[in-house]
Amino acid sequence: MPEVSLSVVVFYAFAVLTVGSAAAVAFSSNIVYSAFALMGTLFGVAALYVFLAADFVAAAQVLIYIGGILVLILFAVMLTHRIANIEVSNRSVGRLPAAIVVGGVAGMMGYAVHHTPWPVVASLPDAPSTYAVGNGFLGPYVLPFEFASFVLLSVLIGAIVISRKELKS
Amino acid sequence: MEITTVSYLRWIPLLPLLGAAVNGLGGSVIQKRFGKNAISAIAVTPVVLAFLIAVRGFLQLKGLDPEHRFLLDDVWRWIDIGTLKADVAFWLDPLSCVMILVITGIGGLIHIYSTGYMHEDEAYWRFFAYLNLFTFAMLTLVLGDSLLLMFVGWEGVGLCSFALIGFWWTEQINTTAGNKAFIVNRVGDFGFILGIFLIFWSLDAAGHGSVVFRDIQHHAVSLEGRTIWGLPVVVLATLFFFVGATGKSAQIPLYVWLPDAMQGPTPVSALIHAATMVTAGVYMIARLNFLYAMAPETLAVVAGIGAATAFFAATIGLVQNDIKRVLAYSTVSQLGYMFVAMGVGAYAAGVFHLVTHAFFKACLFLGSGSVIHGMSGEQDMRKMGGLKDKMPTTFWTFLVATLALTGTPLTSGFFSKDEILWKAFSSPYGSATLWIIGVCGAGMTACYMFRQVFMTFFGETRADHHVVHHIHESPGSMTMPLVILAIGSILVGYLGVPEFLGGGNRFEAWLEPVFASGHEMAAHASHEAGLEWTLMLISVAVAATGFLIAYVLYYRHAASPDAIAEVAGGVPYRVLYNKYYVDELYWAVFIRGTLLLSRILAWFDGAIVDGIVNGVASLTVAISWLDGLFDNRVIDGLVNLLADFTYNVGSRMRRMQTGNINAYLYVIVGTVTLVLLARLF
Amino acid sequence: MEGISLEHFLIVGLLVFALGLYTVLTRKNAIGILMGVELILNAANINYIAFARYGGASIDGQVFAIFVIMLAAAEAAIGLAIVLGIYQNFDSIDVEATDSLRY
Repeated sequence: MPEVSLSVVVFYAFAVLTVGSAAAVAFSSNIVYSAFALMGTLFGVAALYVFLAADFVAAAQVLIYIGGILVLILFAVMLTHRIANIEVSNRSVGRLPAAIVVGGVAGMMGYAVHHTPWPVVASLPDAPSTYAVGNGFLGPYVLPFEFASFVLLSVLIGAIVISRKELKS
Repeated sequence: MEITTVSYLRWIPLLPLLGAAVNGLGGSVIQKRFGKNAISAIAVTPVVLAFLIAVRGFLQLKGLDPEHRFLLDDVWRWIDIGTLKADVAFWLDPLSCVMILVITGIGGLIHIYSTGYMHEDEAYWRFFAYLNLFTFAMLTLVLGDSLLLMFVGWEGVGLCSFALIGFWWTEQINTTAGNKAFIVNRVGDFGFILGIFLIFWSLDAAGHGSVVFRDIQHHAVSLEGRTIWGLPVVVLATLFFFVGATGKSAQIPLYVWLPDAMQGPTPVSALIHAATMVTAGVYMIARLNFLYAMAPETLAVVAGIGAATAFFAATIGLVQNDIKRVLAYSTVSQLGYMFVAMGVGAYAAGVFHLVTHAFFKACLFLGSGSVIHGMSGEQDMRKMGGLKDKMPTTFWTFLVATLALTGTPLTSGFFSKDEILWKAFSSPYGSATLWIIGVCGAGMTACYMFRQVFMTFFGETRADHHVVHHIHESPGSMTMPLVILAIGSILVGYLGVPEFLGGGNRFEAWLEPVFASGHEMAAHASHEAGLEWTLMLISVAVAATGFLIAYVLYYRHAASPDAIAEVAGGVPYRVLYNKYYVDELYWAVFIRGTLLLSRILAWFDGAIVDGIVNGVASLTVAISWLDGLFDNRVIDGLVNLLADFTYNVGSRMRRMQTGNINAYLYVIVGTVTLVLLARLF
Repeated sequence: MEGISLEHFLIVGLLVFALGLYTVLTRKNAIGILMGVELILNAANINYIAFARYGGASIDGQVFAIFVIMLAAAEAAIGLAIVLGIYQNFDSIDVEATDSLRY
């Protein structure tokens, strides 16, 4: 039996988790199933980040994506629950044309990935990256960082404005 | 030739022109403010002054050598184009001197006469304005030193004649007469113009182009032998000039205006149609005698027409009843005599007769005017008679003038007419035929003139009752000129007493330098004194016969004039009375012919020219209709097509807006993919 | 780690992206479409981190990934607010019901 490293196996396991959950999101006809499959996908992606020595990003992924966005999505699903049949609440249409288009795009991108001679250089040291990320935020990327805060503020206000009920008077 | 330059000649025509200007422009105002006497003064004074200046010119000429009697007054440069040079310049030589003395002298007397004759007329100022203007034009004609300036005067007298004949323009018959005079004159003028052109061009071709008389005379030899269209230039040119003369001097065939011109006031008839304007043709031939001397054929034509006219007019005069018509035909006849003289080369004789004729014919016309005045406007001789005692001065002056006209011995007319008849017989250009015609004409002249005298002055009055009461002698302003003219009719003749009768013929000697070339030819004439006597006695006898016939018929009333009229079925009488129906012939041929031609042309204009214009208009309308069609169908079609296309495309394209998010996302993905594919490959 | 190269990560990212794209194109439920968008964003993030690790030993990729996460959150918030607004107005979150801007 060829010597297979444990990390490779774990990698493939997480990769399957990610892609499978994504498939569930794509093909499930139950909205709640899709939402939870999304959670699986996000976990898998976080694990892949760990593999890529991006521990801070992984943590941020879990906290924000799963803890924030997913919860939000679930809220939205629940708030719009007046759907006739929860089982068939996530229909999909036009599967064939979409499949063709997607297949084409994916094929093309796959080709690009496979045939491009990626310059592989020395990889990052397996060290906590928080320090470096923080330096990056307050160093070269301080402007986008500050700007992002504005964006979030505006999003906050905007979300409130959009979602409040019109006074029926 | 030695020419003396003076500067006073210009006043001779200029003074009457000023008088005409003042009376013409301000006459109506002056007449109202200052009365007719002021008008008379403004009108008569210039003519009298001109006469005095003319006398001065005469005296100056007399003081010069006979070969150098030429005065020139060059006033200003008029035309100077290429070889054509004509100045406003006045030329006084013996010939023009004679003419201006006649014009200003007799003209002055007629002006004075007119102050009396036209006294009742309201348009008094207009009459004198025209009269002065006429005098100016006639003087220009005579004094002009070139053909062009003479033509200016030529036209001017024609214009004034028209204005004066039709003076009482409220009656259509007067204006018609004026029109006739002007139009017939115009036909003659056309010939005159052609003559001027021909002379100038021919001289120019020979290298001496000019219209000035002395230059033409000087270079006349260069025209010898020149032909144009196969005819000798000189003959053709002189014929053209003669055509002008027939128009102005009332010869066959253009005499028809003169009898009708009697519609004008009598002083006009006296001045224009007896003494001055009608003599312009004679003067013109005299002036161009050197050309005529080179064209014997034309001279034959001139003499022939002159003789024919003399005879022809006299026959018509025998039966006319209007006192002025008789005199009119008499004038035409006497002018014929003058042309006979010119035609046989006896230029001096012709001019002499011109002068004597001016005196007695003016006297006759003024006398007839006096008669008409006394008869309260009556002009028909059949209604006159017995005026001898009631208008003595008029009668005696009339009688004296008649004697002169008929050629009674010892009167001026006798010497001048006899001279012509002798020259007609004896000149190398003359012939016995001309003489015979002339003598017969003289006989008829005597007949109709004494007929007129007997009918008007003798016997019982045949006038209407109320006219009889008003018969009176005319005022002094009218009788004084009559007396002067009658005296002149007798005395003037003594200037030209021919040699064979013992006189020195001073008149002919005076004119010698002007007619030198002409007289070279006539010098070859015969000079037998005996023959002259014989012919003279024969002509006197014939005239006496005419007098006797008139005496018998109209004084003794041996036969009633009506019985005479019935002779030979009344045909000869009717033919003569209707003037040989010449006027009717002209009307039928020329007038109706012109009207027919104008009708044809009018039809042409209306049918064809207008047809073409209308056709073009219709074509334009059709083309514009086509254009409209094109515009509507094609152009609007294109525009509409464009709009429809836009609309259709739009209505199809908007189906892309499905409102379906998935579709939009498809489009985005599809586009990105395509772009990437393009970049990739 | 041996045996796992850049390409493997890229393939994973590719597959997630393709599935996310498929979701976006076919789903009728508005929230379903938003979930597809999240998948696409995550796929992009995987790419970023992978290149950060294998492509130059630079930390920029991770910084960008943080940004993406943050903006994904913002976008999700707004998107869901809009979905709620649509739900209030149209009484349904079926995207085929919201075709008022149809021709």
